[in-house]
Amino acid sequence: MTHWLILPVILPALLAPFIILAARYHMGIQRVFSVAGVLALIAVALGLAIETSDGTVMLYQLGDWAAPFGIVLVGDRLSTMMVLLMAVLALFVLLYAIGSRWDERGRHFHALFQFQLMGIAGAFLTGDLFNLFVFFEVLLIASYGLMIHAGGNARLRAGVQYVLFNLLGSTLFLFALGAIYAETGTLNMADLSQRVQLIGADATVGIRVAAVLLILVFAVKAALVPLHFWLPSSYAEAPAPVAALFAIMTKVGAYSIIRVYTMVFPPDLEATSGLHGDWLLPFALLSLSVGAVGVLAAKKLDRLVAFAVISSMGMVMVAVGLFTQESIASALYYMVHSTLAAGALFLIVDLVRHSRGHLELRVDAPVAGAALVAGLFMVAAIAMTGLPPLSGFIGKLMVLNAAYGTGPDAWVWTVVLAASLISVVGFARAGSILFWKAQSDVAPAPDTDRPAPSALSFAAVGGLLAMLLAHTAFAGKIYDYTTVTAAQLFQPDTYIETVMGTPGKLSDYTADTAAQEGDK
Amino acid sequence: MEFLVASAIGVLTAGGLYMMLRLRTFPVILGISLLTYAVNVFLFASGRLVTGAPPILTDATVYTDPLPQALALTAIVISFGMTAVVVMIALGAFLGTNDDHVDDNAAPAEDAT
Repeated sequence: MTHWLILPVILPALLAPFIILAARYHMGIQRVFSVAGVLALIAVALGLAIETSDGTVMLYQLGDWAAPFGIVLVGDRLSTMMVLLMAVLALFVLLYAIGSRWDERGRHFHALFQFQLMGIAGAFLTGDLFNLFVFFEVLLIASYGLMIHAGGNARLRAGVQYVLFNLLGSTLFLFALGAIYAETGTLNMADLSQRVQLIGADATVGIRVAAVLLILVFAVKAALVPLHFWLPSSYAEAPAPVAALFAIMTKVGAYSIIRVYTMVFPPDLEATSGLHGDWLLPFALLSLSVGAVGVLAAKKLDRLVAFAVISSMGMVMVAVGLFTQESIASALYYMVHSTLAAGALFLIVDLVRHSRGHLELRVDAPVAGAALVAGLFMVAAIAMTGLPPLSGFIGKLMVLNAAYGTGPDAWVWTVVLAASLISVVGFARAGSILFWKAQSDVAPAPDTDRPAPSALSFAAVGGLLAMLLAHTAFAGKIYDYTTVTAAQLFQPDTYIETVMGTPGKLSDYTADTAAQEGDK
Repeated sequence: MEFLVASAIGVLTAGGLYMMLRLRTFPVILGISLLTYAVNVFLFASGRLVTGAPPILTDATVYTDPLPQALALTAIVISFGMTAVVVMIALGAFLGTNDDHVDDNAAPAEDAT
């Protein structure tokens, strides 16, 4: 039963080489295996989420080595929830890629897709900081391949920027890990959380530097202003299904911040206090506003959605930066919403591009299937900008409610409401140019030989929006779930005891036995 | 020895950062490579510098911490692979557009979908 925990990593890791080796010339078989793999992944993730929903922490020791010596995978409520979210998003993205035939425009789409899922699932499940780095690299190297899928000069240029920025991020990550190891002698998160507490007040320089470097790395991943510069052009130039899948990648950064800064460097830790409220929160508010202004200023629809992603990541980070139990719960709710909404919007962008041929925000012939595309766009835009009645509104309300009564609540309320207004205007402008003015007399006649997108494409987008509707309809239940999850994050004792206390090879090896062996 | 290793890391990092800030892809890639060398040495040094001791636990009390060596090895492999990937993508972009600037100040080309 315990082996289930490693399946979200193993399954795509086995499926990807199989697709390359056995089915490289047959797109139909690749598609069947890819979809079957993602469906199995959803089933496994659902099983894990149910297994951990009562607060148990699942542990998988690779090679049965006990915790600080071996590598562990840990499943708690947060990580299994994120794996489930990733698998659900991946299913609809994959269906869209098949429906729109994006997977035929280059080689090895499905294999890279599986490797990408493996990296993301591993990053969510790992209980070891160096392993987190390795899984970051796995998901990044797959994303480099997906990012330049189908080629094209603009895409390659954006790809160079994306790869270089992430290489720099990885190097920073290694510096942070080296500093942490030099200070504490461990990289296991549960072990770290105990050892960081033991560092004397006069020797905190190294660990403070490491904590700041680490939050910088995660902020790069989460596209927090001013570290967001890689995001707009790479998300805009990436193939649409890939950009939609990338919606979960920014959440990996947010997840890492929540995980590491609740467990290893909690807010009440003397050495790193102030990192959350004094630094994270202002930059989160800044990225919320920069994203909103970018939405208003964008000249192309894909950039507009990319800036909407930055804005919604800012919103998540505002909730994380408040760092109370209630705000983390609302951050988790908003994170699910933001992933689904961003994924749906990138797919809708591709529906528009499919029949218009370009994404410039100027008056042009109406898109094929205009009423349906416009309807989907409106639902997704309402969700993304946080208008009632969809989950974006509920999520923002939760964050505002969590901020109320804390120190910076005036700032949070002002910036969140103003940024929402600006992005509503931005999305309304884009929607009216794309869908409304296209019906007027000034628009050129439609180009009749452009085919409408396939039914499967619409079904995939509709599926994502249906998930958003479900996220809205069951908001109360999901918020209860995230509240308990946040409570579990703020009481990491079970996590630490499970990781450190589970016996395995070398588990009876302590400092005392080492000293005895030294005496011999 | 501490001074030598520390200054090596410092010089490599400074050189790498300077090269990173250049306009064209080739110096930027060189800068990334220098930075990865710096971080490898840094990781190696994070287990404390000991000379002439084996990296395994024996009955002897003096040993080198083996874990940073494993970390550095992983980091070397990953950074080597990543550098190869970025060289290939940069070459593709350069051969396609005959332009190897890293920033996108030029008018964005039409989508080549």
